[in-house]
Amino acid sequence: MPKQSPVPDDLSKPFWDACNEERLVVQHCTDCDRLQFPPQENCSECPSDAFEWREMSGNGRIHGYCVMHDSRIRLLQADQPFNIVVIELEDAPEIKMLSHLPGTPPDEVPVGASVRVEFQETPGTGQKVPEWRVVG
Amino acid sequence: MAPTQFAPAGMYRRDEGLGVWEHRGKVAVVGIGHAPTARRWDETADTSVGALTILAIQKALEDAGVKPEDVDGVVAAPKGMGEPWTPRPIPEDFANAYTPTDDPNDGLDGASADWIVLNTPGLSNVSFTMHGPACISNALVVAAEAVGSGLTNTCLVVRGMGNIAGRYGQHGAAAMDTAAGASQWTNPWGWQLIPQIAFGFDQYCRKYGSSHDRMAPFVVNQHRNGLMFPEGFYYQHRPEPLSVEDYLSGRWVCKPMGLWDCDLPIQTAVAYLFTTADRARDMRQKPVYVLNHCSQRGIVRSLIETLDETEEFTDSIAKKVYEGSGLTAAELDICNPYDGFTLFTQYYLEGLQWHGVKRGEAHDFYGGDIRVEGPHPFSSSGGNAGNGRTRTWNQTDTIQQLQGRAGERQVRIRAETGLAGAFTPNMSDWMVYGTSPD
Repeated sequence: MPKQSPVPDDLSKPFWDACNEERLVVQHCTDCDRLQFPPQENCSECPSDAFEWREMSGNGRIHGYCVMHDSRIRLLQADQPFNIVVIELEDAPEIKMLSHLPGTPPDEVPVGASVRVEFQETPGTGQKVPEWRVVG
Repeated sequence: MAPTQFAPAGMYRRDEGLGVWEHRGKVAVVGIGHAPTARRWDETADTSVGALTILAIQKALEDAGVKPEDVDGVVAAPKGMGEPWTPRPIPEDFANAYTPTDDPNDGLDGASADWIVLNTPGLSNVSFTMHGPACISNALVVAAEAVGSGLTNTCLVVRGMGNIAGRYGQHGAAAMDTAAGASQWTNPWGWQLIPQIAFGFDQYCRKYGSSHDRMAPFVVNQHRNGLMFPEGFYYQHRPEPLSVEDYLSGRWVCKPMGLWDCDLPIQTAVAYLFTTADRARDMRQKPVYVLNHCSQRGIVRSLIETLDETEEFTDSIAKKVYEGSGLTAAELDICNPYDGFTLFTQYYLEGLQWHGVKRGEAHDFYGGDIRVEGPHPFSSSGGNAGNGRTRTWNQTDTIQQLQGRAGERQVRIRAETGLAGAFTPNMSDWMVYGTSPD
């Protein structure tokens, strides 16, 4: 389903560039060995600004969800109702990402199921964004 | 005067471990004023947000028996919750009636302290103004701290709220093909506040084995309380009870959030008058003393707020509420946490452990006797759900309950202390009131 295209800024550009290469990366604080998403100027655990971008496995798990029937986002309204699913990364369950869970009908979301990342092009600018699909 | 500034961070009690509030019992609420409510603005000057704000101020001053010339401070939540009036042209009758500030929307979709001072008759001795962003609860804690620390002695706390034609939030960034700034992480998937609350509620139900239909007794009772609140929208305009069937048949907005879990946008204004405990003794109404104020500014670990974080934030609110006031849960009589959306109210109730309600027990509690006549009159205001979107009914009700002038809503249990606050578990401001300064 068509989504708004994220507009990269200085902080987020490495993440979105990696998405265009179909790689999922998150910030890694080299001082306290902590993964962080969304990216920030400083580590929210220690004051460090020493980050590297670390590639994730692309595996995740469904943490929870809701089903949107009345979105404010114009581009999404034609596809209502749709799932909004919270994904936790296998590499770092504390990190959460969002998904419409393509391939899974609204409100039939298997909470706890394994998911795998894929990348979807958005119509506004062509920027790719991570999406997730139930495995198996 | 220079344009009014937002309150500095130091005015908010955000941390645990601060002890009893140093100004406990030294600040009092002495006046309440509510303007009439309307579903939407009819676009005439005399029902504008600015006009309603002036009317609310005049009612609060009359309630307290205080002349406008005796007011030396104004704290405002300067914006309402509706859409901005711009880019529509400023109505001619409004432009002719009021003195503008630098903000062309001022008086139309909210009212700043500057607009209030410029346009309220008799406010000629105001030397202190400050803004609390986004919420009357925010403005109230700022005013409590300002009076407590001597920045102002007799201070109005004001919020005007507008609701113009059309739906909220459907314009601007929501209507674009791109998402920039913080919304680059959320808007592509449609994640905003409503999904956050709906998702959190689903997590809650999974954790504790509950379901959306078990919210019905609470929401129905909120509307029941609202129909006993003469200042509220439903009392004034739609005096029909909400049934369990109505609640359960409401359309989904974001399942498991239904229509009746959301509050109705309205146009109105509210004003409170604060002063020192010493001055309060000579005023018209029985003073209600501020025993504490505190705030929550939670930081989430990742993109969304998890249920664990929500419970952590509301535990922290409870600790600060009790620590700063010196009260225990058993000593808190009136409990009016925020309900807009209804699906997060249980986090506050359980964090506070009011009437012994612990994590996972709120929906059982809702199924008991929570009527104002009963032993557990939770949310006696009826909140936003029962009165319309303002975030102010819980404050007014708590004060009125302690003054013994809540009318039909007057609880039968002891009403010597009370709590009210808003907004979300990670971003909220709280007031604790008492009938005694001691």
